[in-house]
Amino acid sequence: MPSIGSRAAADLKRAARDPVLLAVILLVTGSLLIFVVYPLVSVGAASLDTGGGKLGLKVYADVAKSAYIRKAFWNSLMMSSLTALIGSLLGFIFAFAVARAKVPFSKFFNMIAIIPIVSPPFIGALAIIMLFGNNGLITWNLLRIQNFPVYGFNGLLLAQVVTFFPVSYLTLKGVLESMNPILEDAALDLGGTRWKVFMRVTLPLAFPGIASSILLLFVETLADFGNPLILAGSKFPILSVQAYLEIVGMYDLPKGAAISILLLVPSLIAFYLQRWLVSRRKYTTVTGKPQQSTTQIVSPGARVALFAVCAFVALIVALIYFSIIVGAFAKVWGFDHRPTLDHFKFVFGVGFKAVRDTLVIAGTATPFAGLLGMVIAYLVVRVRFPGRRFVESVSMLSFAVPGTVIGIGYILAFNHKPFALTGTLAILLLNFIFRYIPVGIESGKAILSSIDPSIEEAAINLGADARKTFSRVTLPMILPAFFSGLVFAFVRGMTAVSAAIFLVSSRWNLMTVHIMAQVESGNLGAAAAYSLILVLIVAVAISLIRIVLKVQYRKFGGSMLHF
Amino acid sequence: MSVKLLNITKEFIDLEREGGKLIAVKDFNLEIEEGEFVTLLGPSGCGKTTTLRMIAGFETPSAGDIFIGDKNVSADPPNKRDTSMVFQSYAIFPHMSVEQNVGFGLELRGKPKAEIAMEVRRIMDAMGIGELARRRPDQLSGGQQQRVALARAIVNRPSVLLFDEPLSNLDAKLREQMRVEIRRIQQTYKITSVYVTHDQAEAMTVSDRIVVMNRGRIMQVGTPFEIYSRPENQFVADFIGRVNLLPVTVEKLSDQGCEAVDAQGQRLEAASAASGIAVGRKAFLMVRPESLSVEKDVGANEAGTGNASGAAKGHSAISSIGATEAPHAIERMLFARGVIEKSVYLGSTVEYEINASLDRPVLAVSHDPVDVGFWRPGDSVALRYNPRAAHLFLR
Repeated sequence: MPSIGSRAAADLKRAARDPVLLAVILLVTGSLLIFVVYPLVSVGAASLDTGGGKLGLKVYADVAKSAYIRKAFWNSLMMSSLTALIGSLLGFIFAFAVARAKVPFSKFFNMIAIIPIVSPPFIGALAIIMLFGNNGLITWNLLRIQNFPVYGFNGLLLAQVVTFFPVSYLTLKGVLESMNPILEDAALDLGGTRWKVFMRVTLPLAFPGIASSILLLFVETLADFGNPLILAGSKFPILSVQAYLEIVGMYDLPKGAAISILLLVPSLIAFYLQRWLVSRRKYTTVTGKPQQSTTQIVSPGARVALFAVCAFVALIVALIYFSIIVGAFAKVWGFDHRPTLDHFKFVFGVGFKAVRDTLVIAGTATPFAGLLGMVIAYLVVRVRFPGRRFVESVSMLSFAVPGTVIGIGYILAFNHKPFALTGTLAILLLNFIFRYIPVGIESGKAILSSIDPSIEEAAINLGADARKTFSRVTLPMILPAFFSGLVFAFVRGMTAVSAAIFLVSSRWNLMTVHIMAQVESGNLGAAAAYSLILVLIVAVAISLIRIVLKVQYRKFGGSMLHF
Repeated sequence: MSVKLLNITKEFIDLEREGGKLIAVKDFNLEIEEGEFVTLLGPSGCGKTTTLRMIAGFETPSAGDIFIGDKNVSADPPNKRDTSMVFQSYAIFPHMSVEQNVGFGLELRGKPKAEIAMEVRRIMDAMGIGELARRRPDQLSGGQQQRVALARAIVNRPSVLLFDEPLSNLDAKLREQMRVEIRRIQQTYKITSVYVTHDQAEAMTVSDRIVVMNRGRIMQVGTPFEIYSRPENQFVADFIGRVNLLPVTVEKLSDQGCEAVDAQGQRLEAASAASGIAVGRKAFLMVRPESLSVEKDVGANEAGTGNASGAAKGHSAISSIGATEAPHAIERMLFARGVIEKSVYLGSTVEYEINASLDRPVLAVSHDPVDVGFWRPGDSVALRYNPRAAHLFLR
């Protein structure tokens, strides 16, 4: 039996036969080390820096002593857990209503659930302040309540649930759709009532998906920065905001780093638990191809209840976007609601640089992130080389690592030689490229593993080298994954805050950061106008990518539509 | 229990079609007796699965009534009907062990645990899967999954067993084994069964009666023998096995059989006739390939009604007539003359395609080729048949 070392050597030798491939492997591995691993190591190192170049746990001891940070830690965990549970419950109800119960207006509900995903993550917080804040439309204008306690737990929980339940919806919709309805038919046929069928078949089958959704929402809420920055307030501290304030407000890098490590640990635990859950789930593949079923698996009463929940949530989401739209055109929100274009004049005048910068940065990072995602997916699935598992796990890390941690890592790692990048366009681009590859990689891997490797072997057999094989055979086959990678990278690039807020400068600024600043200075109208423009840009970009994708599908004879 | 389907029609909304609907089943009438095994057979899209799902309660008929026993179940949901279905994809619950799967129906009926365990054990032993009880479904082979699905359906002792193409996911050998098994189990428990398939051999093996369907309508209901040897129309004749059809006009009907003439005025006899056959009607005379004997063509001077001895073997056709022949001698009639176009040797049989100047080549199968001898392409032959193997139906 060959030792691991000799196998690695053999793999390396095989890879070396194709110099282009070898170069790509080295380039990918090297850049992952520099732009993903090195910043994280820098955070860890900074948190251990006790001053004077000595290492120790002094900073952690300080952090542990601070009652305020302990409070922030527990607040963050509680907020994330509650959001994960409530958000997953709502997500499941939405997904079940749309995918299985087929309630009326399913398409509308589907749209309602997708809009928050393509919006900046703090839009919920902004709208909640506009609706329930001190000058809120509902609390002040309608109910005449002064100083409604919107800041803190209540407001933040509402914002987080509205922001993140769509993530759960999309996950669980996929799970429920891939579930074979024949199983429910069979249980019904064996004499189960609809309720029993749901409890004994549907729910247990969806359980791994639900658990995975809960963990995913936990990770995302824990990492969220925009909503707590606007809504948490000083009485309800949240870790991600505290880490930011330590660094930007107090210039205390070690303490900020230590807090972000506190943030990182539960994130990583939940993330790897979620990965493990997903990897061992094999329920959907057991009994053959999913079949069509026209059976009504929900009783009329349950359908009405599902519809009512969906309608209520849809109303809240609609209210949020309604207030953003109206707020963008209202003179002074809460006092003077006469229509005006002043806020847009501001956005397209003084504030237009941020719009242009954001477009340049997201637009440049997107194709690189998309392509890098496909290259990594190809390497991981198809090529055997030493360090393959390392590349796979590191490239997925940015799913797990909160943006705040990455942002702090980047300013720590790249503000001195050999990588003095602070304040440049490059640091923003690199951050975006390496943070937003995972969706491309995941869907690329999924498609590649479903394609018989003999297709690529045939190309090699006909004389193509690795580069030709990838560009002429593999890439066209995984085009749908490439495009979903592009969409994800662009949407996230346009709406990013948590890491980017550390990296912007007067030379290169972002719309999201501008919006946060407008909110903080109480200029809600301008924030709403900015947000509206941002959502519109993202919507137009996604539509464009979809049109391109449709044309591509047609070119391939529609044979790829099932991916 | 008996099953009765009265004037069942099922329409689906389909906006891409003319009229905005797809008629899956139309005016379907069928009575299935208690303990009977009936197969719905037809090409895909003929409405057979829809019919089965209506009996189970997964679909509601647009019109008509379904009775199980004396009870009209048309409006009952599937869980209120005493039917058990074996699904094409088996539909084994992946989150339950094999024994939990089999016992699930009893559990839903609120049976005590001890009784469930006993029943499950007994049925699984009877099915030969007793040792799989604690396995998880993903550890089962296709054939084992099939047996689990069958055990799960039978353990409830349903009034009606329903099979939705249960063997189509198995390989050929297992399929043959399982269809015998299914028939055996059904006979043991005497459960009224409705079976859907598009495989005619499967239908012939398991059924008491076969319902041949096409485009949502019943083409014929009958025993395997009736369906194969006495088809009512060209669709049934063509769908079940291979067939030779000769266009004829009916001349005479009697208790002994029918007489007809073909386009050349040659007289032919057939022992049976489908409904609607009357003197003067245009019809097809049907002879299956295995009922045609391929004989040397002794020449065009042979009378159209010429008989040849059934003892004729291979090339040495003896054209003597009369009672002096061997006692088993069968009167054979001329079906057509032609030239061998293709001969395929399959070991136990030889299959011939003969150009007889008809719309399509005549097919003939001769058994025991070593004894009978072979014909080669280009040989002129006469094709003869026993009138008992011939059948008439309307063109």
